[in-house]
Amino acid sequence: MGKVIVMTSGKGGVGKTTSSAAFAAGLAMKGQRTVVIDFDVGLRNLDLIMGCERRVVFDFINVINGDARLSQALIKDKRIENLSVLPTSQTRDKDALTRDGVEKVLDELRDQFDYIVCDSPAGIERGALMALYFADEAVIVTNPEVSSVRDSDRILGVLGSRSRRAEQGLEPVKEHLLLTRYDPSRVEKGEMLKLEDVLEILAIPLLGIIPESETVLKASNLGMPVILDPTSKAGQAYTDVVGRYLGETIEHRFMQPERRGLFQRLLWRTA
Amino acid sequence: MSFFSLFRSRAKPSATEAKERLQILLAHERSDLAKPDYLPRLHKELLQVIAKYVEIEEDKIIVDFETQGSVSTLEVNIELPSRAGARPPLLQAAAT
Ligand SMILES: Nc1ncnc2c1ncn2[C@@H]1O[C@H](COP(=O)(O)OP(=O)(O)OP(=O)(O)O)[C@@H](O)[C@H]1O
Ligand SMILES: [Mg+2]
Repeated sequence: MGKVIVMTSGKGGVGKTTSSAAFAAGLAMKGQRTVVIDFDVGLRNLDLIMGCERRVVFDFINVINGDARLSQALIKDKRIENLSVLPTSQTRDKDALTRDGVEKVLDELRDQFDYIVCDSPAGIERGALMALYFADEAVIVTNPEVSSVRDSDRILGVLGSRSRRAEQGLEPVKEHLLLTRYDPSRVEKGEMLKLEDVLEILAIPLLGIIPESETVLKASNLGMPVILDPTSKAGQAYTDVVGRYLGETIEHRFMQPERRGLFQRLLWRTA
Repeated sequence: MSFFSLFRSRAKPSATEAKERLQILLAHERSDLAKPDYLPRLHKELLQVIAKYVEIEEDKIIVDFETQGSVSTLEVNIELPSRAGARPPLLQAAAT
C-alpha cells in the first residue's frame, strides 16, 4: 500500500513544486516506485519542472472524469526508472477535482506505487484542501520569513482538523518541516529568521533545510529536478532529505555561511 | 546621527523582531482556530435581533468561546446604552 505525501505551505511561491519534483525524483532514485501528482489545477507547472510538458496527452482531470484510464495519463520519466508524473489540466473549472474522483485515483495509485507525492497549490481553498485531504504525511514547505511561517501554522491547523485522518479520528497526518530558500549569511546578519526560531514557533520535526541557490532556477530552465544536479547545494540538500526521510541518519548541512578566504573577503569589502 | 545610522543602530536585529511578532500573532490565531466558526454569524444575527429593540453598536456585543479542560463556555456580552428609561424597562432588566 503506497503512502500519500502532500507538499503544502499555505503561502505561494515558497518552493512546493521544486520540492515535490526533487523529493519524488530522489525517492525513485532510491528504488522506490514513486508518482508525483500536480494538484494545481489551472496553473499546472509540475510538468515543466519535470521536463515532460510535451508528453502530456491526458491528465488527472481526464482520469477523474472517466475520459482516460490512469495508465494513459501517467507519464514515465525518461531519466529515472520508477518515477511517473501525473499532470493536471489547465481547466479553469475550480470544481474539476471532486473528492470521490481524487479518492478513486489515489486508491488506484496506492496499489501501483510506494510513494504518491502531491504537489499542492497555494492557499487554503478547495485545491489545497483536496491535495491534503487524503494525505498520510505532510511536508510543510516554509521560507524563513514571517508570512510564510504564519501560513505554515495555518496549514498545520487545517491538517489537524480538516484532513480525512482528522475527520475520521485516525492517527494524525505525520508532519515534516522543510525549510527552503535558507540564506545562512543573512541569518548570521540577523536579517532572516534562523532555523531554531522557525522550529520553536512551528514545533514540528525538521526534515531538512534547502539553501537559497541559483542552481534551482537553472534546473527549472532545463526541466530537470534540481536533485539531478550533483554540483548544486540545493540538490545535495534534497538528496539528504530523501535519505533522512527513508530512515538514514544524515546531519543537517548548509546552515553556516560559506567562509570566504581573507583575500576574497577584502575584495568583497571593496567591491 | 546620520540618516543611515537610524537603520544601523536599531536595538534588535530585524529577525528577532520577526520572531517576537510571530509568537504573539500565532498565539492569537491558534486560539481563534479552536473556536467554532459560527461565532461571526451568531454575532451578526444577535446584533440584528437586538437592534430591532434597542439602538446598539456592533462592538457592544461580544460573543466569545472558551475551552478549559473538558468544559466549553459560550459567552455573550451585551452592553446597552446607559439611557435608563429611554427603552422598554423589561428588556433592560433582562439584559443586565
Ligand atoms: N532553494 C531555492 N533557491 C532559489 N530559488 C528557489 C529555491 N526554491 C525555489 N526557488 C524559486 O522560487 C520560485 C517558486 O518556486 P516553486 O514554483 O517551487 O514554488 P511553489 O510553492 O510551488 O509556488 P506556487 O505556490 O505558485 O505553486 C521559483 O522561481 C523557484 O525557482
Ligand atoms: Mg507550485
